[in-house]
Amino acid sequence: MPKPTLPGQERYVAPAEETPLAAVDSVQVDETPASQWREAWKQLRRNPLFLASAVLLTILAVVIAFPGLFTNADPRFCELSRSLDPAEPGHPFGFNFQGCDVWSRTLYGARASVTVGVLTTLLVVLVGGITGAVAGFKGGWADALISRVGDIFFAIPLILAAIVTLSSVKNWFPDRGFWGGIMAVVLTLALFGWPQIARIMRGSVIEVKNYEFVDAARAIGASNRRNLWRHIVPNAISPVIVTATVSLGVFIVAEATLSFLGLGLPFSVVSWGNDIAEAQRLVRSGTRLGVMFVPAAALALTVLSFILLGDAVRDALDPKAKKR
Amino acid sequence: MWWYTARRILQTIPVLLGSTLLIYALVFLRPGDPVRALFGDKPVSEATIAQVREQYNLDEPFLIQWLLFLKGALTGDFGQSFTGRPVIDLIAEAFPVTIKLALMALVIEAVLGIIAGTIAGLRKGKLFDSTMLVVSLLVIAVPIFVFGFVFQLIFGVKLEWFPPTVGGNTSFYNLLLPAIVLGLVSFAYVLRLTRTSVAGNLSADHVRTARAKGLAEGVVVRRHVLRNSLIPVVTYLGVDIGALMAGAIVTEGIFNIPGVGNLAYQAVVRGETPTIVSVVTIMVLVYILAALLVDLLYALLDPRIRYA
Repeated sequence: MPKPTLPGQERYVAPAEETPLAAVDSVQVDETPASQWREAWKQLRRNPLFLASAVLLTILAVVIAFPGLFTNADPRFCELSRSLDPAEPGHPFGFNFQGCDVWSRTLYGARASVTVGVLTTLLVVLVGGITGAVAGFKGGWADALISRVGDIFFAIPLILAAIVTLSSVKNWFPDRGFWGGIMAVVLTLALFGWPQIARIMRGSVIEVKNYEFVDAARAIGASNRRNLWRHIVPNAISPVIVTATVSLGVFIVAEATLSFLGLGLPFSVVSWGNDIAEAQRLVRSGTRLGVMFVPAAALALTVLSFILLGDAVRDALDPKAKKR
Repeated sequence: MWWYTARRILQTIPVLLGSTLLIYALVFLRPGDPVRALFGDKPVSEATIAQVREQYNLDEPFLIQWLLFLKGALTGDFGQSFTGRPVIDLIAEAFPVTIKLALMALVIEAVLGIIAGTIAGLRKGKLFDSTMLVVSLLVIAVPIFVFGFVFQLIFGVKLEWFPPTVGGNTSFYNLLLPAIVLGLVSFAYVLRLTRTSVAGNLSADHVRTARAKGLAEGVVVRRHVLRNSLIPVVTYLGVDIGALMAGAIVTEGIFNIPGVGNLAYQAVVRGETPTIVSVVTIMVLVYILAALLVDLLYALLDPRIRYA
């Protein structure tokens, strides 16, 4: 140990030649730094909640793609003579009031219910994301206009608004088939769902647009449009993704509620909402509760997976903001 | 403070106008002719139809109809229902019932949610906390009308603790079961919000200081943790009043309660524009006023916030 030379240097001071310069040289500077998304993915992979919801959603995806793998019964083949019959081989949950196989209808119903949730969420994120980003980035009158219009749609409660709107929107889709029925519900829910995403996007963009990298991009000559869509939006979108994942579940529940009120998907479409709504009078009289519980449980499990996924994604993207 | 309140009230005017116009447009776009639907299969003369149409301003262009409604609404005349009763009377009958139901639900969800959320937050990771998290997730994931029917069956029909349907007698006791069902989802959100907020505040510096001063644990939790944790919860509860009134459409249908939700649903089925628009206007008004109230409450809860 070399002797301290100056007062105050009584502590050990490493001589310069002991520092391993080779280690400094070996740091790779040409490798791209881990992005926010890659870091988030690393976090996600280790989160048990994410793994659980991923397993559930994978099963769901298989059921949606190939419902025939899990049942031989046709969801539309109904015999009134078998109305409310109990379970038998090949029909694990028995039959509903119309004599249709409950299990088969639940499997095939996943398609309509999840399609409504996914399409509505995509539409809401697209419309709300663009309007919110423009409002936050431009400010001024554009912000005022978009925010006030959003307030108008946001102030009307979703279910009430959907009830009023659905019958008008349904008129645009006269075929009343699978896609016609679904598009009517999707457009109605999206019409009143976008302001929530727009508000979140606007707040997030306002925060991000003041960061230094945005100034840097502008300094090297990036246009406003490029700055907004290439630099600001990718860095501002994570709270939107989190909210959208949870809303997906909320929209699935909303479809079921609208079907319960008799306004959702047409009765010809096999969906969880229609099946639960159809079974309600059985519950009132207390007979064959399974007819309602099987589709209700499937719906609950799906919504639960999306909520858990949203929680896990939020924890991964923003470890600080553990709200709710 | 007063200036801020006045400005906020002024800001609500365009939102109110816009939402009535929006609802008017949506009802206007509906297929079918409500006047002909009113007569059903009965043969009716063109003269009668023209007269009914004139009576409800349905012969005017769309924007004129809306302006006539606004003109009437400003003088307290919300038009007439198709049965000939003034809409204001219908609302005066139904609104107190829904307000009572929504406030009961709000009190139930706030009290239970804050208590359970605080306990869960204080014992984060323990059994009570995990149980409450699972329960809240289940409540959010299952559609509310499923709970409505199950509760009606168990507590109304089987156990006979509560009347299964309410009907004309809207007493406190009769509305209790519907209010619990109505408040369930929000209870789950209040619980999760309170839990996270309390758990986060427990490790805050001012709480450590309060403990170091030697304050009793109860005082620390109530005065230092809870008061700071309640701000996001109060925001949620304020916005929730509007959602509860809309959720009442489902709950009132299940338990047969003569409230605004039932009124709105019937009006939509019949295509009765004045009733629909009046009900929506009132719900929007409630939502906006509740949001304003919450903003003003902030100043009480958080002394750092001052409205100039």
